[in-house]
Amino acid sequence: MIWVNALVQGVLLGGLYALFAAGLSLMFGVMRFINIAHGDFIVVGAYAILFFIVGLGLPPALGVFLVIVLMAAGGYLNQNLLLNRVLGKDILPPVLVTFGMSIIIQNALLEGFSADSQKLATGWFETSSIPLGQELAIGLLPLLMFLTAVGVIAALQWVFYHTAMGRMLRATSDDPEILPLMGGNRAHTFAVATALASVVVGVAGIWLAMKTNFDPAAGPARLLFAFEAVIIGGLGNLWGTLLEGVILGVAQSIGAQIDAGYQILAGHLAFLLILIIRPTGLMPKVVK
Amino acid sequence: MTLLETQNLTAHYGDFQALFGVDFTMDEGETVAVIGANGAGKSTFLRTLTGLHPSKGQTITFDGQPIAGLAGDAIHKAGLAMVPEGRRLFRSLTVEENLMIGAAGKLSGPWTLEAVYTLFPDLVAKRHNPGTALSGGQQQMVAIGRALMSNPKLLLCDEISLGLAPKIIKDIYPAVPHIRARGTSIIVVEQDVGQAMAVADRIYCFMEGRVTLTGTPHSLTREQIAHAYFGMGV
Repeated sequence: MIWVNALVQGVLLGGLYALFAAGLSLMFGVMRFINIAHGDFIVVGAYAILFFIVGLGLPPALGVFLVIVLMAAGGYLNQNLLLNRVLGKDILPPVLVTFGMSIIIQNALLEGFSADSQKLATGWFETSSIPLGQELAIGLLPLLMFLTAVGVIAALQWVFYHTAMGRMLRATSDDPEILPLMGGNRAHTFAVATALASVVVGVAGIWLAMKTNFDPAAGPARLLFAFEAVIIGGLGNLWGTLLEGVILGVAQSIGAQIDAGYQILAGHLAFLLILIIRPTGLMPKVVK
Repeated sequence: MTLLETQNLTAHYGDFQALFGVDFTMDEGETVAVIGANGAGKSTFLRTLTGLHPSKGQTITFDGQPIAGLAGDAIHKAGLAMVPEGRRLFRSLTVEENLMIGAAGKLSGPWTLEAVYTLFPDLVAKRHNPGTALSGGQQQMVAIGRALMSNPKLLLCDEISLGLAPKIIKDIYPAVPHIRARGTSIIVVEQDVGQAMAVADRIYCFMEGRVTLTGTPHSLTREQIAHAYFGMGV
């Protein structure tokens, strides 16, 4: 039964990894660039919710709303004012710029919040669970976290396939050069893609804050998990990203069941294994 | 009334100059063909008009407005649409989505999904297929329909017969009179002189980035065209 438990907990943890990865996948899918500061933006989301709820004492719903709105606005402006200037045929400039952002964010967080490890305590919410038989129970928090991931990915799919903006985003992914011939503005479309991705980043940050301890240097490890889920899920494929988030989560929790020290290693090994067997990912298809 | 006018238009790709002072003018309602060999600067001319190629500081007047140096989407919204060379359909969009994205500029007019399907009935059965799963001729229909969906004042067609069998070209060119009938002016770029002569009110012949000949189809002789096209007598 402990293995079944590890499996279930791993699936639920996979939801968090899928949330980490969905924003990265979306940005890569539309703009073909990898945001090295992605993990740090997630940690910014985590600090933001902590600041609003614990620091300012705002009601949780308002805090969540503010994080999402600020992340979306920040993402739009960051793309429009900065990242659009470095996107081009050369893939190196955006990598360097987002790498620089990553360093700036980590140091700014260190300055503002100290190096202490933080967590957003949620009281009964994190201790409640739903019993499934005698030896198995599902925590309310991980369950809602997983459902959030499914909901976020379903919502993104809906936007992509049922709205005019989604059509524009898919078209941009296919052939950005002729977008102006459709009356589309590339800079604006890119910024909208980043704003959407940033909303997901904000949601991921909020769940990160409730699920685990985090500190200003926690970003790069989140980026690594996100990266792994995006690569093996198939670049730009959102449901593939969820599947791979789950595989990563299951590998980690089964690894942890064998020995607590194997948790991270088991995830990376699962990643390498899939990369060897299917180098193009489990469901390779660009934003579809 | 003059719809489009360029004066001394130039274009460069780095150190390479592709257009050397093109003077071009056309009236509303006209269909103009631009002919010329490979590398004559025809596509560059269209790309410069649509803003895909920079034209800052030059003189391009469209519908009474200076459009040189404007962003491509602003030029599109002013009423200039292009069927790009090679069709360039969006491969992750269905036929219908490809058509609908053409209307993203939100200009209203006679061209709707229904009107495009009436013009190209072959597309109705394929409307939910991926745009790139169609035959070359049908893809070209989608590309033309996509440009029409923006209800342009002027439609630019870049080599719509390129890579298509003659029989299929005969299926596509009959659409031109229907498009004209709805008040849209057209520039067709063609390597096929016969096709261009058949469809156009007036012809511009380009050679090595310069206009070498203009006139109405029946006023030009084969010798004149051959000379303007190849730069030598035949």
